Amino acid sequence: MNNLMTDRIEQSIEVQAPRSRVWKALADPQQFAAWFGIAVDGPFTPGARLRGTLVGTTVDAEVAKAQRTHEGTSFDLLVSEMDPERLFSFRWHPNAVDPAVDYTTEPMTLVEFFLEETPHGTRVRVVESGFDAIPLTRRAQAFEGNKEGWRIMVGVLGAYLDHAS
Amino acid sequence: MPPRRSAAASADSPAVFAALGDPTRLELVSRLSHAGPLSITKLTEGFVVTRQAITKHLRVLERAGVVRGAPEGREIVWHVEQRRLAQAKRDLDAIARQWEGTLQRLKKFVEE
Repeated sequence: MNNLMTDRIEQSIEVQAPRSRVWKALADPQQFAAWFGIAVDGPFTPGARLRGTLVGTTVDAEVAKAQRTHEGTSFDLLVSEMDPERLFSFRWHPNAVDPAVDYTTEPMTLVEFFLEETPHGTRVRVVESGFDAIPLTRRAQAFEGNKEGWRIMVGVLGAYLDHAS
Repeated sequence: MPPRRSAAASADSPAVFAALGDPTRLELVSRLSHAGPLSITKLTEGFVVTRQAITKHLRVLERAGVVRGAPEGREIVWHVEQRRLAQAKRDLDAIARQWEGTLQRLKKFVEE
């Protein structure tokens, strides 16, 4: 199995805001809830086991509407590392939405936010890894966002469809 | 579940994705996409694995509905199933946008 393709998601964006501002959006639970749409039941500290609940983002009404389908769903969120203005990471169970399923026995994925200063602001890079350990039946669903791997496939499929049509 | 993952993939897609989650099978689909339909002989060219192994991979892809084999003379000729792949591609496109959307929301939030 090709790890690059199936184990890891990486995505980045440049924002026009200083690292301190971005860090606050990540590390302050209230701000985190506002844009990410997940409320946690305690402060973010390394090693903390928190309960996250879906509340919906305040940033995008369309997305918030979609998120409300799963409003109130809760799940474990384990804070991993907090290196101020550089790295914020946590573990969770990807795509754990079915209340009838006990996800706690499954391995978690690691989500890492890396912050780097740029001339005009901050580059935010997010890496999610550990998908190869997720049971196969759920893996395809949990893959959402696997830019690196799936882009290859989208290219392959796209080339075929263009060729065929 | 994380909110960004709320876009549901179609019920068929996990099987397709699982079938494609292997470098050899992905390469087979890629070849068939660009040069198919191809006989098993043509398809096996350049692979270090045996023809039997390739056939096994093709059967996995066939069960997921990604490819289909049709007997032609003494050989089986393989082609990709366009409709199934078109659906998978739509799902993949939706999937690929998820993290991107999350970061866009962070950007909007911190730049306000």
